[in-house]
This record gives sequence, C-alpha cells and structure tokens, in this order.
Amino acid sequence: MKLYNGPQIIVGLVIFLAIFTYPLWSGAGKAAPVPKPQPVPKSVATQCVADTAYMRTSHMTLLNYWRDEVVRDGDRLYVSASGKTFNMSLSNTCFECHTSKVKFCDQCHNYLAISPFCWDCHLTPKEKK
Amino acid sequence: MIGFLFSVVAVLVLVGIALVGVGGLGLKVLFGVIIPYAAVLTFFAGLVYRVVDWGRSPVPFRIPTTCGQEKSLPWIKTNKVDNPCSGGMVLLRMAFEVLTFRSLFRNMKLDYRQGPTIRYSSEKFLWLFAMMFHWAFLVVIIRHARFFTEPIAQWLQGIEHLDGFLEFNLATFGIGLPTIQMSGLILLGGVTLLLVRRIVVPSVRYISLASDWFPLFLITFIALTGILARYVIRVDVVKIKELAMGLATFHPVVPDGISVWFYVHFFLVCVLFAYFPFSKLMHLGGVFLSPTRNLVNNSRAVLHVNPWSYPVKTHAYHEYEDDFREQMIEAGLPVEKTLEEAAAEKAPAAPAPAEADTEVTEEKED
Ligand code: HEC
Ligand code: HEC
Ligand code: HEC
Ligand code: HEM
Repeated sequence: MKLYNGPQIIVGLVIFLAIFTYPLWSGAGKAAPVPKPQPVPKSVATQCVADTAYMRTSHMTLLNYWRDEVVRDGDRLYVSASGKTFNMSLSNTCFECHTSKVKFCDQCHNYLAISPFCWDCHLTPKEKK
Repeated sequence: MIGFLFSVVAVLVLVGIALVGVGGLGLKVLFGVIIPYAAVLTFFAGLVYRVVDWGRSPVPFRIPTTCGQEKSLPWIKTNKVDNPCSGGMVLLRMAFEVLTFRSLFRNMKLDYRQGPTIRYSSEKFLWLFAMMFHWAFLVVIIRHARFFTEPIAQWLQGIEHLDGFLEFNLATFGIGLPTIQMSGLILLGGVTLLLVRRIVVPSVRYISLASDWFPLFLITFIALTGILARYVIRVDVVKIKELAMGLATFHPVVPDGISVWFYVHFFLVCVLFAYFPFSKLMHLGGVFLSPTRNLVNNSRAVLHVNPWSYPVKTHAYHEYEDDFREQMIEAGLPVEKTLEEAAAEKAPAAPAPAEADTEVTEEKED
C-alpha cells in the first residue's frame, strides 16, 4: 500500500528514533567502569559514622543535618548509632578516614555528574599521587 | 465513574505486582531486564507501526478554514502564520503548535455569568496545566539520561544545574540535599492539576473514559514514586546507574541492594512505554500529522487531486455529435461543426491529459 508523504514521515521517524536511542549511540556501546570508592584501611576504622547502606544513599542528608546543627544551633558533637562521638565537620571528620576526595567522593560523584558546591568554601585534603 | 475506579485500581494493582514480584518473590531479572527490554521494544515497534499506518491514509484536501485569512487577492491581508501558504510558514505554525500548544491557548468555555444569554469566554487553565506538565515531563526525561549515558554530556549537566538552581530547602522534612530539582515537582503538580480539572469540571468528567484516567494516574504514580525515591526513601543511585548502563550497553547486570521502590517506579515506566503506542498518548506522533496544522493552504494556487478519485467515464455533447454527425445532418438537425470542420480538427494530435498539481496560471484582469 502507498505511503503518503513518505519522505517526510520517514525522516520524522528517523529523527525520533535517533533522539530516543541517544543512550545507545552516545557511548558507542562501551561498558562503563563502575565506580570504586577507595576503601578505608582496616587499621584506621571499620565503620563509618553511620551504617554503610545509609551512608551510600544518604550522606548528603547527614551532612545537611550536621551543617544545620553546627551553624544554627552551635552543637558540634554527633553521637553515632554505635555510640561513638564525632565532631560534626565536613572537612575535618569525613577526610580523617576517607583521606582523598578524588579517590573517594569523586569516584561516585563523577559517575553521576554530581558536583557539590561545598568545595567553594570547605577545604579538601591535599591529593597525594 | 467506572473508568475512574477501574483506573485507580489498575494502577494500584500494577504497584502491587512490582512490590510482590521484586519484594516478595525476588524476580529482579524479570523486572530489571526482561520487562524493560520488552517494553522498549513494544514502544518503538508500536510507535513506528502507528505512524506508518497513519501515513497510509490519504489526506485529500487542504483545510484552510482556520483562524486566519488565506492568501488571495493582493489587497486582502493574509494571515501568514494561521493560514500559511508556504512550507516555511507551515513549519512556523507547527513549531508554535508543538512547542507552545497554540491551539489549546484558544480554548473557550460556555459562560452563563451574564444571565441567560450565552457567551464564550477564554479558558486558559487547560493550556497552563498542559504546558507545566509537558515541559516538566520533557526535562525530567532528559535528566534521566544521566542514568543511561557515561560519560554524562556537558549539556545534560547544564540542564541539571538549571533545574536545581533555586537551591531551596525543605529542612523541616530533612530535605535539602540532594538538590531539589524543580521539574519533578512541577511534573507532579501539573499532572495533579490536570487530574483535578477532570474531576471537578462536570462536563469534562462526563466525557472522561478509562483511557483518559489511566494514563493520568499512571503518570501521577510514576512522578510520585520517583520523588519518593529521590528525597524520601533515598535509593542507591550508583547501583541503579549500573543497572541502567547494563541495559543501555546490552550487558545487563542486576546489582543487589536496590530498593524495591525503584523497581515500582521502573515497572510503572515500563507499563507506560508498552501502553503508549496503543493509547491516546500517541498524540506525541499525531500532533505532527494533524491535517489542520501541517498542510500548506494553497488550494487557491495549486490544484490538488483527491488521491482516491478514479477517472470518471463521460460522454459529452461534442463527443455525441462526433458519433452521430452524419445522421444528424441527414435528419436536418443543427450541428455545431460541419463535417469539414470536424475532419480538419481531427488532423492535429490530441492535447496532453491534464496533470495533477499543476500551477493554475493567474489571469490578470486589468
Ligand atoms: C571513623 C572513620 C570514618 C569517618 C569519620 C567517615 N567514614 Fe565513611 N566510611 C568509613 C568506613 C570504614 C567505610 C566502609 C564501611 C564498610 O565497608 O562497611 C565508610 C563508608 C562510607 C561510604 C560508603 C562507601 C561505599 O563504597 O559504599 C560513604 C558514602 C561514606 N563513608 C561517606 C562518609 C562521609 C560523607 C563522611 C563524613 C560525614 C564519612 N564517611 C566519615 C569510615 C569513616
Ligand atoms: C559559602 C561558603 C560555603 C559553602 C558553599 C558551603 N559551606 Fe558549609 N559552612 C560554611 C561556613 C562559613 C561554615 C561554618 C564553619 C564553622 O562554624 O565551623 C560551614 C559549616 C558547615 C558544616 C559544619 C562545620 C564544619 O566544620 O564542617 C558542615 C557539615 C557543612 N558546612 C556542610 C556543607 C556542605 C555539605 C556543603 C555543600 C553542599 C557546604 N557546607 C557548602 C560555608 C560554606
Ligand atoms: C557511594 C558513592 C558515593 C560516595 C563514596 C560519595 N558520594 Fe556523595 N553523593 C552520591 C550520590 C549518588 C549523590 C547524589 C544523589 C542524587 O543526585 O540523587 C551524592 C550527593 C552528594 C551531595 C549532595 C550534592 C547535591 O547537590 O545534591 C553531597 C554534599 C555529597 N554527596 C558529599 C559527599 C562527600 C563529601 C563525599 C566524600 C566524603 C561523598 N559525597 C562520597 C554518592 C556518593
Ligand atoms: C516516563 C519516564 C519517567 C518519568 C516521568 C520519571 C519521573 C521521575 C521523577 C519525577 C523523579 C523525581 C526526581 C527528579 O525529578 O529527578 C524520578 C526519579 C528517579 N527515577 Fe524516574 N522517571 C521515568 C523513568 C525512569 C527510568 C526509565 C528509570 C530507570 C533508571 C528511572 C529511575 C529513577 C531514579 C533512580 C530516580 C531517583 C533519582 C535520584 O535519586 O536522583 N526513572 N523519576
């Protein structure tokens, strides 16, 4: 059977398919490496400030809470579920154990193109090669 | 009312299927790989089929009875956008329609406010809600490309930054980071307002069927579960990207530790994609094929021949006279051409048959 306005319809469909399959051709089918945040040496610590599953998904919520506590209430001590106390500080506490921003935080963040603006003000440790 | 209830129940059942399937039975490969591939395949194949099917119906006539004056005599003002007479202007009209929903902007409603006399007044809410909804939907879908591409393109990051630029904070609910992305909330707001309009306006409610309610509820729940996943349940986005990249590179993996609520979100999206080609959502393709929008209104300048016209058998008077001229002359009947005239005319070749779509030459009268 005849296709009326065939050229226009086919061009339209090709454009549509090209746009919607962007994920398939943009990376040219290469398998992307999965991020591997640098593990904390066992000698330093075996536990994060909260349990790992929570940290993986909600560390930004925790940091947000810490900031509000410190800046608004002047309260600097955080007691973790396991009973340890931590100084609620982004630069001083997190990087005590996770000694590299590039090898830890950025691993995940680059994977999802997240660029927190925290580092405009907060310090990060000197990166060792 | 039945359609409404049916749709609510159907969407809740779909949520239940995903909850039980992944949460209870652990069918992660089914819900994370098989159903998504099947849904996307259905979406593409179905959509192409529908568009080609439409393309096979002939559109015989231009539809110039739109809201503006068609091109005619030089001293009559033409409305070039509403009643375009060139391809470029048609593109402009299409762009207005597709990008700004121009014809919806003209939406009217019956208005009895001034007593028994009926008048029509403008009704912009449908347009407003539709614009909110569709644009937010587009931005949300584009932003989701971050799960399916690696590395993530610069322009995608740009959209994300723009979308989150308000940096507002719902600290009382513990929501502030990750950054709140406006488009998700506008999408949920828009779809809710469209739903409320359908429920509240009696005339619209009366004409609403299950095929109207179901997509609205489905999209409401997709937006709702997405927002929950991001701000409340806080799903493990890194692992979800692993899964999504696996699908996009055809090396599917199903990482452990992904919340069942992600699978609910994902399953509803799969249902939406698979349902798409068979539903009114096909207006995505249909808007480009609307004959009142996409045809050049040049029927005063160009002859358009109906594609299904067949050559009609005619026998005009001059042919009749050709058949019976001698007999007519013998019987003393008047003829238009004498035998000699007819013979002289026969000598040159017959004129070429008229072609379709030929320019009618303008006849200037001074
Ligand atoms: C006392 C040392 C210590 C401190 C302080 C600490 N962490 Fe951790 N963190 C760890 C350890 C150890 C792990 C790995 C736990 C495991 O493997 O179960 C970890 C895991 C994580 C993970 C999950 C990584 C993964 O690969 O799954 C994130 C995210 C994280 N930490 C973020 C933070 C942030 C943000 C801070 C600052 C608020 C912080 N950590 C402070 C020791 C620490
Ligand atoms: C405009 C600069 C600026 C930016 C950007 C910024 N902060 Fe801060 N932040 C501060 C200042 C100033 C304090 C107060 C420091 C103090 O009293 O010790 C602070 C305190 C904090 C604290 C508690 C105290 C400490 O030592 O860390 C946390 C946690 C924190 N910010 C987290 C964040 C996070 C997370 C981000 C990114 C999302 C961020 N901040 C972005 C300026 C900034
Ligand atoms: C396991 C991977 C992982 C690691 C390790 C990690 N993050 Fe994140 N982080 C994420 C993800 C994922 C998001 C964003 C979630 C989203 O966009 O939905 C995020 C978001 C954030 C945000 C909020 C940004 C925004 O604008 O929304 C901050 C702040 C943050 N991370 C700080 C840190 C710091 C500091 C570290 C290192 C100590 C760290 N993260 C390590 C995965 C990780
Ligand atoms: C019709 C398509 C879809 C729509 C309308 C939709 C809608 C949404 C919305 C509104 C959000 C809230 C947060 C935001 O605004 O980004 C969201 C989040 C999310 N969606 Fe979707 N979604 C769709 C498809 C998908 C697909 C195919 C996936 C599979 C990877 C997916 C995975 C997620 C995840 C993981 C989140 C949480 C995001 C985060 O935490 O940053 N969605 N979705």
